[in-house]
Amino acid sequence: MSHKDMGGIGRDSQSLLYNHNKIWTKPFILAVIAVFILGTISLFTGVYDIRGQEDGMEMFFTTRIPRTVALILTGAAMAMSGLVMQLITQNRFVEPTTTGTMEWAGLGLLCVYLLVPSPSLMLRMAGAIVFSFMGTMIFFMFLRRVELKSSLIVPIIGLMLGAVISAVATFVGLLFQMTQNIESWFIGSFASVQAGRYEYLWIIVIICILIFLLANRLTLAGLGEDIATSLGVNYNLLVLIATGLISLAVGIVAAVIGYLPFLGLIVPNIVSLFRGDDLRSNLPWVCVIGMCTITICDIISRTIIMPFEISVSVILGTVGAIVFISLLLRQRRPRRIR
Amino acid sequence: MIKINDIKKRYTDSVEIGPLNIEIPRAGLTSLIGPNGAGKSTTLLMIGRLLDIDEGNITVADLDVSSTKSKDLAKIITILRQENHFVTRLTVRQLVGFGRFPYSKGNLNKKDEEIISKYIDFLKLTELENRYLDELSGGQRQRAYVAMVLCQETEYVLLDEPLNNLDVARSVQMMDHLRQAANEFGRTIVTVMHDINFAAKYSDRICAMKDGKIAAYGTVDEIMDPEILTDIFETEIQTIDGPYGKVAIY
Repeated sequence: MSHKDMGGIGRDSQSLLYNHNKIWTKPFILAVIAVFILGTISLFTGVYDIRGQEDGMEMFFTTRIPRTVALILTGAAMAMSGLVMQLITQNRFVEPTTTGTMEWAGLGLLCVYLLVPSPSLMLRMAGAIVFSFMGTMIFFMFLRRVELKSSLIVPIIGLMLGAVISAVATFVGLLFQMTQNIESWFIGSFASVQAGRYEYLWIIVIICILIFLLANRLTLAGLGEDIATSLGVNYNLLVLIATGLISLAVGIVAAVIGYLPFLGLIVPNIVSLFRGDDLRSNLPWVCVIGMCTITICDIISRTIIMPFEISVSVILGTVGAIVFISLLLRQRRPRRIR
Repeated sequence: MIKINDIKKRYTDSVEIGPLNIEIPRAGLTSLIGPNGAGKSTTLLMIGRLLDIDEGNITVADLDVSSTKSKDLAKIITILRQENHFVTRLTVRQLVGFGRFPYSKGNLNKKDEEIISKYIDFLKLTELENRYLDELSGGQRQRAYVAMVLCQETEYVLLDEPLNNLDVARSVQMMDHLRQAANEFGRTIVTVMHDINFAAKYSDRICAMKDGKIAAYGTVDEIMDPEILTDIFETEIQTIDGPYGKVAIY
C-alpha cells in the first residue's frame, strides 16, 4: 500500500482486542471490595448498640441494612443520572441539581401532598417522577433552541431555573402551611430509611441495566446529534428514553431520600478524567464510585457530631462545591499544545 | 448517484434555498463552493438527512433520504460537520471504532477491529490511537473524525468544510487523504469548500452555488473560468494556468 511508505510510520495499528469491553479488571475488583468494606462500616456505624441490646438484630434488619442498601442504590442512581445527562447535553457541569430536575421532583412531591391528604409513598414517587421528567424536558428543549456559546451558561441557567422552582415550592408550601414537608425534603438524609420505606429504590437496578444496554448509543449522543444521526441512531427517541430513565431514578430518590446535590457532578467527572467517556466501560465504574462517595459522606455525617447526625446533603454539598470549583479552574487553563 | 430533485428549504419569506436540481455521479470528489450564505452547507445537510427538506426529494443510491430508515442510510451515506466545541474524552481508537456502529451496534468483532486499524493507519493516526481526543491538536482531531466517517465504509461521504481551522500543510494533507479515499476505495465524496484553489486542485467536479441556487456545475476546467467565478463571488477573479491546473487569483 502506498500510504505506508509516505508517512514514515514504522508500526501499523494493531487490531488486537483492545480491552474496551472488559469490565472485571483488577482496579475494578478493588473498587468493588472498597464498596463492600464501606458498606460493612456503614452497617456498624450508629448510636444504637446492636450487639449489646436484646433487640439488636431486629434493629439491624429494620434500619441498618435498609440504610446501607439505600445508600448504595442511591449513589449509583445519582452518579449514573449525572453522567447520562452530561452526555445528552454535552456539558460536564450538568447533573440533576444543576438542571433543576431535583427541584422539579420536590415540586412534584409537594403537589401530591396538596392534592391527596397523607399520600402513599407510591403516589409521592409518581408525582416526583412526572414532575422531574417535565422539568428536565423543558430544560433540554430550551438548550436545543438556544445555541449556547459557553458551557458555563448551561449550569447557571439550570441553577437559576432550579432556584425559581424551589422558590415556587417554598411559596406554595407557605401558602398551604406545609413548609415542614418542604424543609425536611431539602435536607436529604438517610436517617429515616427503614424497612418498608426504601424498597422502591431497587427499581434503580433495572434502570442501571437499561442504561447499560443503551450505553453505546448514549456515548454517541455525547458526540453530538449530527454524528449520532449519521451513524444511524434515532437521536430524539434516545434523548426521550434516557430522560425518562433519569427522571425515574431521580424521582424515586427524591421521594425516598430527598435532595442530594452534586453527586452526579463529582463522580462522572472524576471517572472521565481517568477513564474517558466511553459509557459502556465506564458505567460500572461510575456506579461503584458513586456508591463509595455517598457511603463515605453518610458515614461522616453520622459520626462527625455523634451521637447526633447532620444531613448527608450538607457533606455532599461541601465536597461537591470544592470539586465543582476545581473543575472550573481546570477548564480555564489553556490546553497543552502538542 | 446522488439525485436532488426540485428541493426547497425555506427559512423566512425572503431567505429560501432552491429549487435545486443536480445529479452527483458515483465515485470521485465533488466540491460545493460559493459565497457565505449561498446554501452550500444547507444542501449538504439535507443530503445527509440532518435537515428536513421542505419540498422535493433527494435520493442516494436510489433511496429517498427522508423516508429511508436512518440506520439503513448509515450504511450508505455519512456526513461530518464542522467540529463542535464539546470534546468527548474518547481515545482515537474508540472514536474511529464508533464508525462501525451501523454494523456492530458497538460489539466489535475481529473484522471490525481490522477495519478500524486500516483507517487509523490510512489517516496516519497510528501513533495517536490511544490518546484522548482532548489531548490532540485541532488538525489531529479533525483527522480522527475523518477516520471515523471513512471507517463507516459508506459509499457516500459528505464533509462540511473539512479544511476549517487547518493550516496549509494540514489542508494539503487532508485533501491528499480524501483524494486517496476516492481513488483507492472508490468513495463518492462531497465537500463544502471555501478555498477555490483547493477545490480546483483536488476535485473532479465543482458545484458553485449562489443565493440558494446552483450557479454552475461542471468539471473543474469548466468552472475555473474568470467570468463564472467573478459572477459567483461578485469579486474580480482571474484565472491563470499553474503547475497543477488553473489557479484563481483575487
